[in-house]
Amino acid sequence: MLSIKDLYVSVEETEILKGINLEVKPGEIHAIMGPNGSGKSTLANVIAGKEEFEVIHGEITYMGEDLLEMAPEDRAKAGLFLSFQYPVEIPGVPMVNFLKTAVNEHRKHREEKELTAGEFLKFMREKMELVDLHAQLTNRSVNEGFSGGEKKKNEIFQMALLEPKLAILDETDSGLDIDALKTVAHGVNALRRPDNATIVVTHYQRLLEYIVPDYVHVLYQGKIVKSAGKELALQLEEKGYDWIKQENGN
Amino acid sequence: MSVLVEKADLSLKYTAHYNEVKESLREDSSDVLNAPRNKAFQDFVMQGIPTRKNENYKYTNLQPQFFPEYRFIHRREPAKVDLNAVFRCDVPQLDTHLAFIFNGWYYENNQQVGQLPKGVILESLEKMAHEKPELLAKYASLAHTGDDPLVALNTAFAKDGYFLYVPKNTVMEKPIQLINFLQANQDAFVTQRNFIYVEEGADVKIISCDHTLNLNKYLNNSVTEVFVGANANFEYYTLQNQHNSTTSLNSVFIHQERDSKATTLYLSLHGGLIRNNLKFILDGENAEANLFGMAFIDRKQHVDNFTQVIHAKPHCLSNQVYKNVLDDDSTGAFSGRIHVVRDAQKTNAFQRNNNLLLTDKATIQTKPQLIIDADDVKCSHGATVGQIDEEALFYLRARGIEESKARLMMMNAFAHEVVQRISVEPLRDRIDELVDKRLKGEVARCHECAYNCEC
Repeated sequence: MLSIKDLYVSVEETEILKGINLEVKPGEIHAIMGPNGSGKSTLANVIAGKEEFEVIHGEITYMGEDLLEMAPEDRAKAGLFLSFQYPVEIPGVPMVNFLKTAVNEHRKHREEKELTAGEFLKFMREKMELVDLHAQLTNRSVNEGFSGGEKKKNEIFQMALLEPKLAILDETDSGLDIDALKTVAHGVNALRRPDNATIVVTHYQRLLEYIVPDYVHVLYQGKIVKSAGKELALQLEEKGYDWIKQENGN
Repeated sequence: MSVLVEKADLSLKYTAHYNEVKESLREDSSDVLNAPRNKAFQDFVMQGIPTRKNENYKYTNLQPQFFPEYRFIHRREPAKVDLNAVFRCDVPQLDTHLAFIFNGWYYENNQQVGQLPKGVILESLEKMAHEKPELLAKYASLAHTGDDPLVALNTAFAKDGYFLYVPKNTVMEKPIQLINFLQANQDAFVTQRNFIYVEEGADVKIISCDHTLNLNKYLNNSVTEVFVGANANFEYYTLQNQHNSTTSLNSVFIHQERDSKATTLYLSLHGGLIRNNLKFILDGENAEANLFGMAFIDRKQHVDNFTQVIHAKPHCLSNQVYKNVLDDDSTGAFSGRIHVVRDAQKTNAFQRNNNLLLTDKATIQTKPQLIIDADDVKCSHGATVGQIDEEALFYLRARGIEESKARLMMMNAFAHEVVQRISVEPLRDRIDELVDKRLKGEVARCHECAYNCEC
C-alpha cells in the first residue's frame, strides 16, 4: 500500500530524514517511535504532502502511484489521512462548511453523488458519536476555541467522515488525559478494516496499549534503527530511548 | 517645470469653471444651498486639489483624477432609460423603500419608494431646500469647507442629492435602499449632496449601492451629513461597485447625540479609485459608533479609507474594523484617527485594520492615530499585514479540498468577520454570496444590470 525507499528529506538545508525505508500493507498497524527531534513528524508531514519539506532523494509509492508527484488534496482524496499533531485553528471557516466540503470533494472523486446539507448533517451526527465529540463544537469555526483533547477528537472525527485507506496519526496521544486517549483509540479501532492501514507516530508506548501495532519502528537521527513486533514498544518503555542512543554510538 | 505648470493650470481650470457657472448654480437653488457657495469655493482654492503633501491625503494623490476633461452635471438631466426598468433587485427577501439617484440627482421618477411611515420624508435635496428650509437649518454645519478641499468643492457645486428625515420615535421596519447610477454620454464630474436627519428615538437602516452604467470616466464627489438624535439608531451600508475608470470620493459626517447608535459599513467590491472620508462626532454620553469596512481590490485599483472619530463626551464607545484583500498591483490605505477630547472620560475606543496581500506587488499603508486628552480611557489599535496562513491552507488541503477552493474559504473567512456585522439578514446573505463571487473573480453585481459594462 505504502512503500518508502531510501528517503532523504531536508528543511531549510538541514537534513532531517536520512534514508528511510518502510513498507506498509493493507490491514497493518505500524508504530513509529523515537525520541524528540528524530524526524517522526517530518516523515508524517512528507507523506501528507507538506511543501516546506524538500525531498532530496528516494521515493514514496502509494497504491502503486508516485506519491511525491501528488498535491496534498489529491493524496487525501486517494485515501491518505494525516491526524495533525497540532490541528490548526481557522477563524471564520465554519466547521460544518469545512467538513461538508471535504466529504463532498472525496465523494466527487469517487464519482458519488454529493451530499445535500440535510444528508450531510445526518451523516455527521452518526460519526460524531464515535468519538464523543460535543455537537456544539460543529457550530464553531474550525478548531477555534477547542481544548487540546477536543482538537484531537476532532481529528479522529474527520477520519471517521473521510474513511481513509491509510491513516497517519501524528502524536495523537500528546496532551490527552487517559479518558480522552481511550476515546480516541476506540475511534481508531472502530474505523479499522481489513483493507486499510494505520501508522501511529508516538513518543510514548501508552497509546499502543490501546491501538496494538503489528510492527514497531524506532526512528533515530533520521533513520529507522530498529524494527520489530509490538514487544519493542514495551522494551523501549522499560529501557528508555537512551538504550537506542547508546546502541547507535551516542 | 511642466508638471508645475500643469498643476497650476488644473486649479485655474476649476476656478475658471466655477466663475463661469456660479451664477447659474444659484439660479434655481434655494438660499440654503447658495449661502455657503462662494466661501466654499474660496476654501477649495486655498487648499487645492489634494496631493500627497496634504497630510490627510498622504496615500492618495487626487491630481490625476481631476485632470480629465469632465463635463460637469450642474443641471437635472433626464435619464435616458426608465431606471425602474433597469433595476431589478435580485435579493427577493429584501423588501425596501427603493429610490434612485442619477448622476448625483434624486431621480424624478422614483416609483418604488412605497409607503413610507408617517412623517418620514425621502426626497430630492433641492426640492426640500425650497419647500422646507427649516429642516435644513443645520446644512453645511458638520461638513466644514475649511477642513477638506473635497467638501469645499462639493459645497460650492452642490445642487441635489437625497434628503431623508425620520421624525421622533419612528422605527422604520423596512430599510431604505438608494441606488446611485452614473451614466453620461461623456466623461463626467458628478456632485452629490445628501442630508439625513434622524430624530430622537428613531431607527433607520440605509443600503446605498453605487453603480456605473457605461464605460465613461467618472469622478463622483459626494458629501453626506447625518444627524442622529438621542437614543436613535442609524445604520448605513454602502456597496461600492463601479468600473475601474471611476473615481469615487465620499465624505460622510455623522453627529451623534446621547445614547444613540450609528453604524457604517463600506463594502468596496470594485472601483478605480475610492476614497471614503468618515467623521463621527460622539457628542452625547453613551453614544456608540461602529465603523466597518471591507475592500477587495485588484489590478491597479486604489482604496483609501480615512476615518476620524471624535469622542467629545464621556462614556462613549467606538469600534472600527477595516479589512482589505489586495491582489495584483492594487494599493490601499487605512488611516484611522481617534480623538478623545478633554473630559471625555470612560471612553472606549477600539480600532483594527487587517490586510491580506495576495501578491508581492500589492501594497497597503496603514496609519492609526490616537489623540487622547483625557486620562480615564480605554483605547486600542492594531494593524496586521499578511499573506494567507499557509498552515491553515495545508490543513484544508490535507482534507481533500483543492488549493484554489481552500484559498477561497480562507478569504471568505477573512471577509466574513466584517460582513456578519450587517444586521439586515437577507442583505447579509446576499453580501456573503457577492463576496464569494468577487473572490472567485466573477464580476459581482448587486443587481441584474441590463448593461454589460466590462468592469
